[in-house]
Amino acid sequence: MKRTEFPVRGKFGKYGGQFVPETLMAALNELEEAYNEAKDDPQFHRELQYYLSEYAGRPTPLYYAENLTKTIGGAKIYLKREDLAHGGAHKINNTLGQALLAKRMKKRRVIAETGAGQHGVATAMACAALGLKAEIYMGAEDMRRQKLNVFRMRLLGAEVHRVESGSKTLKDAINEALRDWVTNVEDTYYLIGSVVGPHPYPTIVRDFQSVIGHELKNQILKKEGRLPDALVACVGGGSNAIGTFHPFIQDEDVEMYGIEAAGQGLDSGMHAASICGGSEGVFHGMLTYVLQDENGQILTTHSISAGLDYPGVGPEHSFLKSIERVKYAAVTDKEAVEAFLKLSETEGIIPALEPSHALAFAFKLAKKMRRDEMIVVTLSGRGDKDVEVVANYLGEEI
Amino acid sequence: MREISQTFLRLKERNEGALIAYVTAGDPEPSLTLDIVEALVAGGADIVELGIPFSDPIADGPTIQAATLRALRSGTTPRKVLQIVEDIKSKLNVPLVILSYYNPIFKMGLKRFFESASSSGVDGIIVPDLPVEEASDYKKTAEAYEVDTIFLASPSTSNERLKKILEFTSGFLYLVSLFGVTGARERIQELTIKLIRRTVQITSSAGIPLAVGFGISKPEHVRALMKNGADAAIVGSGFVRIIEKNQRNRDTEKLLNEITMYASKLKEATVHTQQI
Repeated sequence: MKRTEFPVRGKFGKYGGQFVPETLMAALNELEEAYNEAKDDPQFHRELQYYLSEYAGRPTPLYYAENLTKTIGGAKIYLKREDLAHGGAHKINNTLGQALLAKRMKKRRVIAETGAGQHGVATAMACAALGLKAEIYMGAEDMRRQKLNVFRMRLLGAEVHRVESGSKTLKDAINEALRDWVTNVEDTYYLIGSVVGPHPYPTIVRDFQSVIGHELKNQILKKEGRLPDALVACVGGGSNAIGTFHPFIQDEDVEMYGIEAAGQGLDSGMHAASICGGSEGVFHGMLTYVLQDENGQILTTHSISAGLDYPGVGPEHSFLKSIERVKYAAVTDKEAVEAFLKLSETEGIIPALEPSHALAFAFKLAKKMRRDEMIVVTLSGRGDKDVEVVANYLGEEI
Repeated sequence: MREISQTFLRLKERNEGALIAYVTAGDPEPSLTLDIVEALVAGGADIVELGIPFSDPIADGPTIQAATLRALRSGTTPRKVLQIVEDIKSKLNVPLVILSYYNPIFKMGLKRFFESASSSGVDGIIVPDLPVEEASDYKKTAEAYEVDTIFLASPSTSNERLKKILEFTSGFLYLVSLFGVTGARERIQELTIKLIRRTVQITSSAGIPLAVGFGISKPEHVRALMKNGADAAIVGSGFVRIIEKNQRNRDTEKLLNEITMYASKLKEATVHTQQI
């Protein structure tokens, strides 16, 4: 039996929705209509396809990590190489799609939030390619930690706004982007970077990121003649994971694992695992799992990986958790760094710290599986941006 | 009839508009909120709106964001705010409205929240990030506890949508006067005037008072709202700025005097200026 297509009226089960100021409701409706039209327009898909292949370098390879597989022992480990997409991460899949949508909606100005700077960079790239003006909100604290990406965004022609409110990190950058959008809603497109926020964003971003899972499916069928036994992807907001999982939701023999950041441990209070260590709440326009105190105040998070450092998660993940279609687990900073080192050494691939969380979990999983079974890990980004953080963590001067 | 409606009716008979004064509860500290509310009422505030501080106030500009931070740092919780309301209501005869983002209410649970709000004497609730589409359980629970649900409309709200919002609204409608966040502005935009004229036609035939907020901070702003048909002016950041300015020197008496004086100037602008 075919499952229901989610979302239904903006909800994934009870999760998702549109918890936003009234001023944004008209804009969200306009966005939904424009997106539905674009989705049914072959010309839109042709254009997106063009940019994905000619500009972003898709399809990305599905690489059999043979050395790694031998070192770990157990199931075969494949890597979906999103680190090889333009910009060095999966983020470009979404920003190209949404920037094309912005253009179609005749919005000249694009705003976006960024944490570590990856989505900001990908937005700046897509906007430069498509002739749009990009303005990026970034927390002052993140700007300090990610100077290189701030400069990259500026090189790409984007304006970077420093956010001094709240904890001065990603969640505050989103707050500030929402405030900008409320003010300039008539001529501005808000380009959200993950499967979060009010409906229809979680759906739009999911659809644009699903290129990961669709490619992967074809590639593994060609290489192995069957679907993988397990998919593993990291979850901050959760866009690379949803993009990986979505095309497999109805393939019930494929197990799926979403891996969150346990930081210094789920009991330490210093983590960013919204599903594994949070509770249901309403935040950034959606009902979902969030990290909050007993009074409903949103907590600040910790992860060695800036891209996972967010106190909420996409509502579709909360739903997939509730129907037990995807299993969620969390991996500590320490385990992630170990996985980061292991992949670098064995395969000559330096992964970003975000997918290093997925790798760490996949290693544990592979050991428990047979050698004729296989796991695909989505390597959502490359680790050049993280070498300094890892060196610091290891106590080395560079 | 509930207190908010009675207040509007009484003011209408006197040919006055209402002054609705907002402050963030617990700013700069919970023990001062009762005194601040007393000062507001002494100056002529007809309805008092107290904000429950929330960590991520996306509809607020820098002034109220800073107030929120001060209130959170001084340990203000939703329960403490409801306790403050109870203290106020036992001392003062003024309609009291709570403004809260949705998560603190959601976290407490709708039933528990409305039960405590109602028993503390809260007359109405405003939730700036809860559009009517998400509000059916909320509305039902509020009705059960006889608490008014004040919804917001904005410049991007169509007439058709406004009618739907009014079906969920009791007490008064909160009209956001502009595209943007809270915070004092130099002058009233032309857009605001047109918006009030368009909106009041629909609110008056629905029999729901129209209150206008965001960017209102001067007596001439209040006069302009009243002249164009608004039933109430909502002023927030103007009061919060007085608190901000005086919290450093810790001169409570000066703070309270300034609040009363500012409120009375705004209140004066609501009197005898309404066109029939």
